[in-house]
Amino acid sequence: MTLAARDRRLGWGLLAPALIWTAAFFILPFLAMVALSFASMDGRTVVHGFDPGNYVRIFTDWTMLKALINSLEITLVVTVVSVVLAWPLAAIIAFRVPARWQRLALLLAVLPFWTSYVVRSYSWLLVLGQNGVVNKALLGLGVVAEPLQIVATRSATVIGFVHFFVMLLTLTIYANLIQLSPNYARAAQDLGANRWQVFAHVILPLTLPGVVTGAFLTFVLCIGDYITPQILGGNAELTLPQLIMLQLGRSGNFPLASALSVVLMAVVTLAYFAASRWLRLDRV
Amino acid sequence: MRALSWAYLALAYAFVFLPVVVLVVFSFQDGRLPVPPLRGFTLDWYAKVLADRKLMAALVNSLLVAALSSAVALVLGFLAAHALARVRLPGSALLRGVLIAPMTVSYLIIALGLLSLFNQIGIRPSLLAAGIGHVVINLPLCFAITYAAMGDHQKNAERAARDLGAPEWKVLALVSAPMLAAPLAAAFFLSVTFSWDEFIIAFLLTRFDVTLPVEIWSMLRSGLSPATNAVGSLVFLVSVTLVILLEILVFRRSK
Amino acid sequence: MTASVSIQSVFQRYGTAVALDAVSLEIAAGEFVVLLGPSGCGKTTLLNIIGGFAEPTSGQVLIGGRDMAGVAPKDRPTTTVFQDYALFPHMSLRDNVGFGLRMRGVSRGDRAAKADAMLALVGLEGRGDRRPHELSGGQRQRVALARALAVEPDVLLLDEPLGALDLKLRRQMQDELKAIQRRVGTTFVHVTHDQEEAMAIADRIVVMNGGRVEDFGPPRQVYLQPKSLFAANFMGEVNLVPVVGGRAPFGPVPVDDGTLCLRPEAISATGSLHIGLCRVEDVAFFGTHVRAHVTPLTAPDLRLVVHLPQSLAVEVGMVLDLGAESHVVLNG
Repeated sequence: MTLAARDRRLGWGLLAPALIWTAAFFILPFLAMVALSFASMDGRTVVHGFDPGNYVRIFTDWTMLKALINSLEITLVVTVVSVVLAWPLAAIIAFRVPARWQRLALLLAVLPFWTSYVVRSYSWLLVLGQNGVVNKALLGLGVVAEPLQIVATRSATVIGFVHFFVMLLTLTIYANLIQLSPNYARAAQDLGANRWQVFAHVILPLTLPGVVTGAFLTFVLCIGDYITPQILGGNAELTLPQLIMLQLGRSGNFPLASALSVVLMAVVTLAYFAASRWLRLDRV
Repeated sequence: MRALSWAYLALAYAFVFLPVVVLVVFSFQDGRLPVPPLRGFTLDWYAKVLADRKLMAALVNSLLVAALSSAVALVLGFLAAHALARVRLPGSALLRGVLIAPMTVSYLIIALGLLSLFNQIGIRPSLLAAGIGHVVINLPLCFAITYAAMGDHQKNAERAARDLGAPEWKVLALVSAPMLAAPLAAAFFLSVTFSWDEFIIAFLLTRFDVTLPVEIWSMLRSGLSPATNAVGSLVFLVSVTLVILLEILVFRRSK
Repeated sequence: MTASVSIQSVFQRYGTAVALDAVSLEIAAGEFVVLLGPSGCGKTTLLNIIGGFAEPTSGQVLIGGRDMAGVAPKDRPTTTVFQDYALFPHMSLRDNVGFGLRMRGVSRGDRAAKADAMLALVGLEGRGDRRPHELSGGQRQRVALARALAVEPDVLLLDEPLGALDLKLRRQMQDELKAIQRRVGTTFVHVTHDQEEAMAIADRIVVMNGGRVEDFGPPRQVYLQPKSLFAANFMGEVNLVPVVGGRAPFGPVPVDDGTLCLRPEAISATGSLHIGLCRVEDVAFFGTHVRAHVTPLTAPDLRLVVHLPQSLAVEVGMVLDLGAESHVVLNG
């Protein structure tokens, strides 16, 4: 056997465990789910077959369509707001905070990242609730006469999400900013650009990969999350994941849940292709 | 401009820390509701939580699942990264894509897929099932981190080891792994924190033995309680300790 | 301890690109051979093929008469000193140098003794407990050499080992490398793009270009009697003068038609191959010599580079009567 062939055999051998794992517990389940999405329900039993009925139902039943629209709206708002809030934060840490404190500043900015995800949404419940800190403060200051209804509305979901994703985006944008040579800005200034032009024509485009990577991760994690809308938004309006969990729990309708998941997956895939030009997933 | 920057920084930190501060402060609430006003200081809730057998069992389960699934993900990811970084294989870009792919899929979908597969082949919901799911989500992370860390410097050292007569497993054990100690540790700790905190997969794939996030979830059903604050504060304490340890042990030393 | 290397019509292709084109070389046991050429000439590819890090598309490599086809690097009687040294950063110098012996099952005590002896050989005695990052570039280079020699290879391969060092240190290391090679007697195959380095250390130089061997011989021969224009050019500055019908631009010359190659230092006032009166166009003092551009009065379009003795006071506009002391005529 030639050396190259021996190398290849070794390579496949080392790769095999990870590939087999991914195939068995990621690709195969996904295919099983797609197959299941074409099954139908007879009472409480699953009837396998090729029935596109679930998909027809998703796009004709207003409850289902509304959940998809809610999810998209919330996710887009959260992504945009998070990017807009995180960019200046990352830039201030990268350019204003002295170099030796930057790591600490970053660590602090993402510290709540490390609380339990479930508990973090719960904490916002304490902050935003009828008797929560915000309402007590506003009432105490006389700004409002009645406590604001924030919890169990879309606002609470958005706030909870933005809190989490500002931390995530600050990390990816900071990582991008800190790699930029200061000479880019110097060169632009040298060539007559003012501060705004330096920002708009040089710094911002150069951070696009970091922004897009972070925004894509935000999109994926946000649109697929069940906990935050369930705890903070309640059942006033449903998101896609909430609807999926409802199908699993109440009616045990696995085929419909699978079809909804395939739709969710398709939305994420579309987002991936939209962002793929700038994505640097292997460098997160 | 400068003052504005610092003001923004302060506001951002206030926003980021607000829920955590509220969580921790009201875990000491001497009363039944973790909302203002603060009625007094007590450690009763912590005592109650630490004496809660179900909660402590869930904690042990979580640690077990996190440690084992992360170890498996790390070994698989490291070997795959080593193979793709070193051997020229046909379609290596596609293979990288396949290994990274689970990163771009919602946990809910991974959980649902595994649930339907396990249903069909008769694997019961259990900690093992949840652990398998956690390997799926952490494998791409471990792979990506170690793959990114395998630079030319590393490759040349491995080549030198082979040149001096080392068989492949000795190259891995004596040269590659020690040289990658920092990124390997980082990947492992990140995986542990992700697995330890993961809810939806654990929720759908476990039944009788559950992990901590699932147990906390069921605590939430009974409404607001300083006990939940106490659990959350404890989880926060553990995670932050891990992060600080990682920072000191791995990143400081690697500089 | 030492072995010959025989390379027989080796081809290396990557797709349509040809990295090595019918390369054949016979390297004697104990010889210090330098593969010299510009980047991309195939010298590193050839070294990798000898070391077993790449396989030739066709052709054979024999070491000590043994065919190396299908033999992995770890099973070859070769070791390599890598360009970036590739020291193991997490091991002490002693463990680095002893690594190859460890792989061969040598006991801890024996390999420590051997490692210390090898470190002494390269002038690093008593530093066995240090780590690579505590060393300077030159010292790391010595450790890499000691590590590769510790397993007593028949053939040592050196991939631009001095490339990362500054000029002064590089010249010093060249002398040491040559001295160590004399002591251990191992065959050294050394890759470089620095022709001065090649001449300083080589028994024989292989000049490579575009995947082919352009010239192969002792430094004196390759410099003074190059076999190709490329070799003539690469070994140092040279004046190329076309000769057609027994005439050079400056007059008749007693040589065959082709390209007359004249080294700048071979041109002097006493040279026998007559060039004739030349005007000095510009001049610069180089310490060891005076470098000048001159134009023969009979050939105003020709500019020759000459190295004149430092004692000669040359000025722009002076007219000198010059001739070449040695020359070579090449075709193509």
